[in-house]
Amino acid sequence: MTGTGIGASVKRVEDQRFLTGNGNYTDDINRPGQSHAWILRSPHAHATLNSVDISKAVKAEGVIAVFTGADMAADGVGSIPCGWQIHNKDGSPMMEPGHPPLAHEKVRYVGDQVAIVIAATRDAARDAAELIEVDYGVLPAVVDMDSALAGGTLVHDDVPNNRCFDWEIGEKDAVDEAFAKADHVVSIDLVNNRLIPNAMEPRAAISDFDRSTSQYTLFTTSQNPHVIRLLMGAFVLQIPEHKLRVVAPDVGGGFGSKIFHYAEEAILTWAAAKVHQPIKWTAERSESFATDAHGRDHESHAELALDKSGKFLGLRVATKANIGAYLSTFGSSVPTYLYATLMAGVYTTPAIYAEVQTVFTNTVPVDAYRGAGRPECTYLLERLVTKAARDIGIDPVELRKMNMIQPDQYPYQTPVALQYDCGDSPATFESALKASDYAGFEKRRTDAEKSGKLRGIGISTYIEACGIAPSAVAGALGARAGLYESAQVRVHPTGSVTVYTGTHSHGQGHETTFAQLVSESFGIPIDQIEISHGDTDQVQFGMGTYGSRSLAVGGPAILNACNKVIDKAKKIAAHIMEADVSDIEFADGKFTVAGTDKEMAFAEISLAAYVPHNYPIEEIEPGLDENAFYDPLNFSFPGGAHICEVEIDPETGDVEVISFTAVDDVGRVVNPMIVEGQVHGGLAQGLGQAMLEGCVYDDDGQLLTGSYMDYTMPRADDLPNFSVATQGVMGASNPLEVKGVGEVGAIGSPPAVINAILDALAPLGVDDISMPATSQKVWQAIQESNVRQAAE
Amino acid sequence: MEMSGEYKINATREKVWAGLNDPEILKQSIPGCEEIDQTSDTSFTAKVTAKVGPVKAKFAGSVQLTDIDAPNGYRISGEGKGGAAGFAKGGANVQLEDDGDGTLLKYEVDAQVGGKLAQLGARLIDGTAKKMASQFFENFAEAVTEGEDGATDAPAAAAPAPASAAAGQVTAMSQVGAGTWVSGLVVAAIVLFALFG
Repeated sequence: MTGTGIGASVKRVEDQRFLTGNGNYTDDINRPGQSHAWILRSPHAHATLNSVDISKAVKAEGVIAVFTGADMAADGVGSIPCGWQIHNKDGSPMMEPGHPPLAHEKVRYVGDQVAIVIAATRDAARDAAELIEVDYGVLPAVVDMDSALAGGTLVHDDVPNNRCFDWEIGEKDAVDEAFAKADHVVSIDLVNNRLIPNAMEPRAAISDFDRSTSQYTLFTTSQNPHVIRLLMGAFVLQIPEHKLRVVAPDVGGGFGSKIFHYAEEAILTWAAAKVHQPIKWTAERSESFATDAHGRDHESHAELALDKSGKFLGLRVATKANIGAYLSTFGSSVPTYLYATLMAGVYTTPAIYAEVQTVFTNTVPVDAYRGAGRPECTYLLERLVTKAARDIGIDPVELRKMNMIQPDQYPYQTPVALQYDCGDSPATFESALKASDYAGFEKRRTDAEKSGKLRGIGISTYIEACGIAPSAVAGALGARAGLYESAQVRVHPTGSVTVYTGTHSHGQGHETTFAQLVSESFGIPIDQIEISHGDTDQVQFGMGTYGSRSLAVGGPAILNACNKVIDKAKKIAAHIMEADVSDIEFADGKFTVAGTDKEMAFAEISLAAYVPHNYPIEEIEPGLDENAFYDPLNFSFPGGAHICEVEIDPETGDVEVISFTAVDDVGRVVNPMIVEGQVHGGLAQGLGQAMLEGCVYDDDGQLLTGSYMDYTMPRADDLPNFSVATQGVMGASNPLEVKGVGEVGAIGSPPAVINAILDALAPLGVDDISMPATSQKVWQAIQESNVRQAAE
Repeated sequence: MEMSGEYKINATREKVWAGLNDPEILKQSIPGCEEIDQTSDTSFTAKVTAKVGPVKAKFAGSVQLTDIDAPNGYRISGEGKGGAAGFAKGGANVQLEDDGDGTLLKYEVDAQVGGKLAQLGARLIDGTAKKMASQFFENFAEAVTEGEDGATDAPAAAAPAPASAAAGQVTAMSQVGAGTWVSGLVVAAIVLFALFG
């Protein structure tokens, strides 16, 4: 036994370099002869580019070149593509207006790229950018979705009413029928607040062009270098894969925001061939705020139909989703297939209908952010169910239990396309109720009252679809790529192993978790195993990391490649030990012949594979190096229950999260410590969304929350000590039986927090508060309640 | 951003008017003002270096006077470009009234900022503009009352400005009257630094 296999809380091997300043991030890389870029960005949310005069800038000291959108257009550079095509209710495809990497003729959000200045130093590039004279024809901006849909001002002239698509899922007639026979109808209007991702490392890129080979290289802060190579190479710059290398080295956090193909990547790569030298660009923090794709930003109206006893009969949802000024890579899939397909939640609601309109506005594009669609769905459902409990006078715990899918109902076909493969929501719910001492809450509430505090408790139960995704299913739903994963397991002659994975680690700890899989498989310690990812010249192919897919999809690929290695090694062992291959057994790193004391160590076989003096050469090739591609059978479906308890100071509106309990079913746990860390991180972001974070554009499309003075990230002192546990049933749709843990914290937690706050404020008659529930907002709600009560 | 307020300059109208017609005094009074050029009877350009929080930039502004109702007031509007720092545009409605021995300026400023200025400075702009405005009045009041026997009054007169600015009610302001470009210039400069300052 190695002690580093599946189930061990192995310390993260990558942390040594991260914590000692030895990480190799894009900005740490410098190429010989490198120049530096500065991107001139639009200060206007919407304007025509009447002229861009670069004549002074090109003459400035140190400047190598200045390019504008006109230059790229003249070169036939393509539009940045969207990776997922959605269809309207009438079957027609969504609107896909052009998205030039450098704005051409028009700018559409504050931060839109207008020109690139390439100079010997970053300061020289920046100073020269000041000399570019842009004549903007300022146009009215559309920022809120209702104004956009009214269509007075068009973000794209060829998109009427700024509507990207008007999509639906579910059975409208069945839902209408359900509502017709309902005893109770409960409705709610919600905003899911827009978030700014704030990865610790800002985006950065270095491009290079080799004149002797016509080979392009791009180092970039990406969660999926092969996807960038495909999107940028095939659609934007027309560079074939064999002439384009994309490297995503250490990446300091992504949370989704580094999935997408960003304009800067294409601009730099294109320009490198113009100036014949490497070009480096690193975003400033304020550029990150203004130009990283934002998350969430939904407005929804939802209605739940219930019978007399509280049984859910039907659910109707109408959502408007802000998609920003351009379609980002997965912008269209987030508010549709990653959102409305989860509307059954953990409940047996028999009839569900959801319609979603996505709207172009003069704001930065909106795309996936930790949870991507599933937090929006969970927030809607769990707010609505809690409101239903209150409105019709049923205990929120009982109402949930009465409607939950029972363990024996899996696989459970929902009315909104997905089939949940396995799960046990009642069990995680029960555990969370127990762990949070839900039964003892009323006493704690009474105690809090004595010290003048309002105490509340909030529940959220959820199920989510991750491990994206079976390629055939995704393709049928409009994905323009497969969503399998690949692995190459290369056993070296002396028995150490390098694994090339198509997923990408940007904080998740794959170098540890994946090594544990190999350690388990080969019976060798993890210090003999290297996990390599991020370089398209090294890794065969891959779809990258997002949607909690790396272990659920990338893991089985590694496992399958390991099994291929073992199969071949057994043949070698059989030959050398003169036994029948069916008699060869492999365990704990040793090949043995059944019923004898003959054995060979793993490293002896690997050496034999590369020094094939005594080798079954007629039967197998030398070497021990295997590939596997894995396409999952289904999504995986983590689920769980989150319970939040808060105390509010009615004098100040200050909300203190007293306790937060999360019981999550993530299937098999490979590294419990890393899983716990992932849940903690997700909860911090979920509590951030619920209480602190909110992106604000003014009516002119100016970003007002563009720095940490105005955009509040959660800090340690905003958070309680989390009580987290995992429990549940093993995943049913992949051989590792894992489900995915990266997003659950951010998915389940926001409604638990808001439900707790509303529970605390219920005695004052407050029945709604929007995220982020800041102290000011809570205080305001309390004041309005006082005024209301005084009037009564 | 919108601000409004009033400011009393403790000098006679004649004194104020003279000061407002003295470009050198104006330039001295306007924080960060580097150049002022008249381009017509009702328009002029100015260069102001301003810092809002972490954003420092040189703004090139152009300003027009409209709705001139000498000597009671007018509207002044302008636009300034600060390069990569963004832009500012806006205007002010200005009214002048006699007030005892002094002159009372009433103003309403509306302004928009864009780009990095809005992103980083939005919440700083009001405070910065108020601070700059009171600096202007302090400088201006001192300049126009210099050498008067009212010298003893002057500090007292100037004092209310910072105080009221601190109270968050006031801002910049302006002034005046006769429809000459100089008076507009003052407002413009104040608008400029209200916007940029």
